[in-house]
Amino acid sequence: MLTLTHDPSPPAYRPQILEDKAGIRLYKDKANVSNQSTVQFSEQTTLMLAVRDNRDRAAFAALFDFFAPRLKGFAIRSGAKGGQVEDIVQDVMLTVWRKADQFDPQRAQVSAWIYQIARNRQIDVMRKENKPVPEELHYEVEDEPDAGQILAVEQEAEHLKKAISRLKPEQRAMIEQAYLGELSHQDIRELTGLPLGTIKSRIRLGLEKLRHELRGIR
Amino acid sequence: MADINHHIPESLLQAYATGSLVHPFALVVAAHISLCTECRAGLEAHNAAGGAILESLPDEPVSDDLKVRILDQLDAPFKQKPVYERSGVYPGPVMEALKGAAPRWRRVGMGVRQSILSAGQDGSVRLLFIPPGQAVPDHSHNGLELTLVLQGSFSDETGRYGVGDLEVANQDLEHTPIADAGAPCICLAATDAPLRFKGLVPRILQPVFRI
Repeated sequence: MLTLTHDPSPPAYRPQILEDKAGIRLYKDKANVSNQSTVQFSEQTTLMLAVRDNRDRAAFAALFDFFAPRLKGFAIRSGAKGGQVEDIVQDVMLTVWRKADQFDPQRAQVSAWIYQIARNRQIDVMRKENKPVPEELHYEVEDEPDAGQILAVEQEAEHLKKAISRLKPEQRAMIEQAYLGELSHQDIRELTGLPLGTIKSRIRLGLEKLRHELRGIR
Repeated sequence: MADINHHIPESLLQAYATGSLVHPFALVVAAHISLCTECRAGLEAHNAAGGAILESLPDEPVSDDLKVRILDQLDAPFKQKPVYERSGVYPGPVMEALKGAAPRWRRVGMGVRQSILSAGQDGSVRLLFIPPGQAVPDHSHNGLELTLVLQGSFSDETGRYGVGDLEVANQDLEHTPIADAGAPCICLAATDAPLRFKGLVPRILQPVFRI
């Protein structure tokens, strides 16, 4: 199990809010501050780590406030009807809590991780079949996570988000449709314009590091 | 981990990530990703794009009591879905399709054996066992065929495929995969249409063997 060093005593631990030069709100991890290291993760990452490592219900509630209304929109756009819609939101949010130990900010930021859960859940519900999923990677190494890697993944995700927002409206609409499950496999063959290269290389670095560690213990 | 040279094409990976791939292909993609860091990173990149889209969606107000209902359930016991681990050459998703049991091989002639994992409207997916030096009967396709090598290797007109390699064949490709010398070749193969074999006898037997 991979864990960040959090201060275990106060269950209602809240991150300290800072602002960087560009005015982007940053959240300082209190435990790391006490360790004299100033690692600043995004609000979402900080909240999700508090859920994962401290089972922090207030942090979970904060994630709910942000994601539940978007997940509801996602479920509706993806074709869920009536009671199915909030059932999906509930299932996804409960999975976020129950499978929090699988959240690894070194290879996925929070929204990417939740997107994957939502997509799988949607398929299970709508098609009444289990979407085949890859093997989970096992964390058997007690090791400090690489804060630089976490920050880099967050940064690349920000770049990707900006790139998507700069796409031409019709291109953006197409990308949105694809990721909301509104396009068939055949339609997706025609898709272009999404700059995934740099974030992919960054994530691969994280995965290769993990593989290296796993090899070391075998 | 094997040295993988043939990966999932980008459009298939995106279709898998966004959930628009039919079940037989999704199983092959999930099995390949289980073996391949490169494609796992590609999948995570697509999830990042999906996450960005999710974050940008307009708020859809949820019921007043939804949050309380969920918070109340956080500590409630729940049924965990069984997790199937890799077993021998079979990745986790294949073990899940096998429900944790060993494949039930059936002979289809010329030493070739198969174990059908699922067959239905969306196509079929099966395991193939091909003795070294043996050709899988010369065939072309009505649709798309994905073949993932799990043990040994095979070669055909398009190249050599070792453990973890994925061959993508469409209807334009007529190929003759031949298992290389060494260990028998075990593959996971999915199609979205029945295969058409050249030659009279195999065609007659197709419905019988569902090959």
